[in-house]
Amino acid sequence: MTEKKSCLKGVGLTKVFGLGRNKNMAVDHVDFDFAEGEIVSIVGESGSGKTTLAKMLLGLINTTEGDIYFQGKKRDIRSHKAKKEYWTNIQAIFQDPFSSYNIFNKIDTLFLDCINMRGGKKLPYEKKVEMMTEACSFVNLKFAELTNKYPFELSGGQMQRLMIARIFLLQPKILLADEPTSMIDACSRATILDMLMKLRNDTGMTIIFITHDIGLAYFVSDKVFIMERGKFVESGTADEVILRPKEAYTKRLLNDVPKIHEEWDLSTVDIKVN
Amino acid sequence: MKHTLQQVFRSSKFVTGFCIFAAILMVVIFYPLFVPNPPLEIIAQGSFFPPGTYVSTYDTVFSSKAYTLNLTDAATKRIAAKLGDQERNDIKEYLMLVGVPEDQIDSTNTILLLDLWEKNYDPTKKISGMIFSKVRYFERLNKSLDGLLSEEGLILASPNIDTGTLEQVGIINLSDYVNIKEVASVRTLPLGTDNFGRDVLTQLVKATSVSLMIGLIAGLIATFIGLVLGLLSGYVGGMLDDIIMFITNLFTVIPSFVLLILISYSVGQEHRGAVMVAAVIGFTSWVWTTRAVRSQVISLRNRDHVNLSKLSGHSIGYIITHDILPYIASYVVMALILQISSAILAEASLSILGLGPKTSEVPTLGLMMNWAMIYQAQILGKWWAYFPVLLVIAMITFSMNLMNTGLDQVFNPALRD
Ligand SMILES: Nc1ncnc2c1ncn2[C@@H]1O[C@H](COP(=O)(O)OP(=O)(O)OP(=O)(O)O)[C@@H](O)[C@H]1O
Ligand SMILES: [Mg+2]
Repeated sequence: MTEKKSCLKGVGLTKVFGLGRNKNMAVDHVDFDFAEGEIVSIVGESGSGKTTLAKMLLGLINTTEGDIYFQGKKRDIRSHKAKKEYWTNIQAIFQDPFSSYNIFNKIDTLFLDCINMRGGKKLPYEKKVEMMTEACSFVNLKFAELTNKYPFELSGGQMQRLMIARIFLLQPKILLADEPTSMIDACSRATILDMLMKLRNDTGMTIIFITHDIGLAYFVSDKVFIMERGKFVESGTADEVILRPKEAYTKRLLNDVPKIHEEWDLSTVDIKVN
Repeated sequence: MKHTLQQVFRSSKFVTGFCIFAAILMVVIFYPLFVPNPPLEIIAQGSFFPPGTYVSTYDTVFSSKAYTLNLTDAATKRIAAKLGDQERNDIKEYLMLVGVPEDQIDSTNTILLLDLWEKNYDPTKKISGMIFSKVRYFERLNKSLDGLLSEEGLILASPNIDTGTLEQVGIINLSDYVNIKEVASVRTLPLGTDNFGRDVLTQLVKATSVSLMIGLIAGLIATFIGLVLGLLSGYVGGMLDDIIMFITNLFTVIPSFVLLILISYSVGQEHRGAVMVAAVIGFTSWVWTTRAVRSQVISLRNRDHVNLSKLSGHSIGYIITHDILPYIASYVVMALILQISSAILAEASLSILGLGPKTSEVPTLGLMMNWAMIYQAQILGKWWAYFPVLLVIAMITFSMNLMNTGLDQVFNPALRD
């Protein structure tokens, strides 16, 4: 496993919000090294700093301290051009599908932006439609039914699937999925997870899967990082961390998983873990 | 968007406000087409002529065809117009003062009453305890009663230039009438004239349009400044936010009306045109739009759709115009409406203090109020000089606030999603 190439690496990554007495260490000196093609889960309870870490990795907020290495090289995204370049490599799906869309833009705009970003601006419109149709069918949606529609005309599950279709169009090297299933029902959740797995298997994408649900993390990921109040308290392969947890916090997270989870984990989630 | 418009027009408050405002606009636009008189033309000699239709006396006598109508109630009406209940009581009072016993006076019998009056009224007689103005009043009353019961017509005479003698040119009989349509010069002054002798209605219509324009210019300036500063300080943040907020706080601490007064005063009467006053109002009232826009933008800038737009490689300009502005557009429209109506009020307040636009060029609602106040229309009971102005100001602000409330009801739930 060690010969896998490093994709995203963080050294002493820290984010502090506020000043003086209101100082809040949202992320506190975390180190990690994600390899290419892995699915990595970051698990922690609410407020542990998962989203903050994700935003730092995405370059949406500045780091207070620490360095990020992308494909072995130190990341430099100070100019807009460099940021744009970086974002062709790393993309995200956010927690809340309902606030992820600009409600004034049609679905088409979202997809066309993706095609433009991958340098397809000059392609003939038929070719673009073909690409969008392909992306939609990847997530079991029909582009013909979606074209000229506004996001608020869709359900939460459909919105989140479209977000995956967007990733399919963009083909980034890394996908940060920040609790992509927390706002939708269990049934759509299984579908979404299924699609994320398929995406990884088809394209070899690195997926950083953020969740507060340790049970879910076990089923999807190769590696698991447990986050508590801004720190990584335990990490390792899914089996190591979840079946043989060392930390009390991890044990507590495991105990907190309600019994129903075991039921739906086994009965409704149909995930091919390879 | 079409959907939102439908919703807006389904809100009864908005529709009511919109109708009132549209009606005012209609009048402002179409009235000058029908009545093209210059609004500041002085037509009356004297001030505060009451509302009514003014018919040229000369024209009625000379240039119109005379008709003969035998109307039985004409005499009664003529007498009633001069001799109302008030006058009858006054006559009775005088008669009693000069010693006529009360049981001899019947104030309802016109002939007897006038007979007694003629016999007893003596302008040279001093009655103790009667104030001077009362004496003058009875002199005037006596004059107006002259010939009231006459059955004869009047003889019209004009001086002969050669001989210098009067020559009869015609007779006006009591049964002579003219058709008002045939009188060459008739002017209806629905709201009378003001202290300078200008037609109040024509002036009011012009003043309304000028005030609306002042409101619009001031509102647009204030909203534009507020929007730009709010967007920059809210979205860009950091140092820029600190600087903008410092300036904004500075303006908040100094009440904008005081600032308005100081600036208007220092600009000087000569340079204060309507546009200048509008600009001064606009430049002093952007503060709360800035604050409101800023806080809206701050709550929007961390939303995921903005993050997603960044991840799609869009520039700051694109994100502000496509991902922020549409979300606050309805809010900005509401702010604009409020700014317009408060600018109209601000102009009125400034003008009442005598710091409004230069008085000789155009009327504004505030200036009309100012003139009415200086010439004490409210004390003299000349309601037509100030009440319609107040009503128009109230209707404009009321309709705009109604529209604003209507919009608020439609947009806010959508804003909160
Ligand atoms: N923009 C911000 N300004 C100040 N504090 C913030 C900001 N964003 C997050 N925080 C704080 O950082 C901490 C971590 O927040 P974060 O959103 O990363 O948690 P999370 O693990 O994603 O939680 P959840 O599971 O609820 O999404 C919290 O204490 C939060 O209050
Ligand atoms: Mg989060």
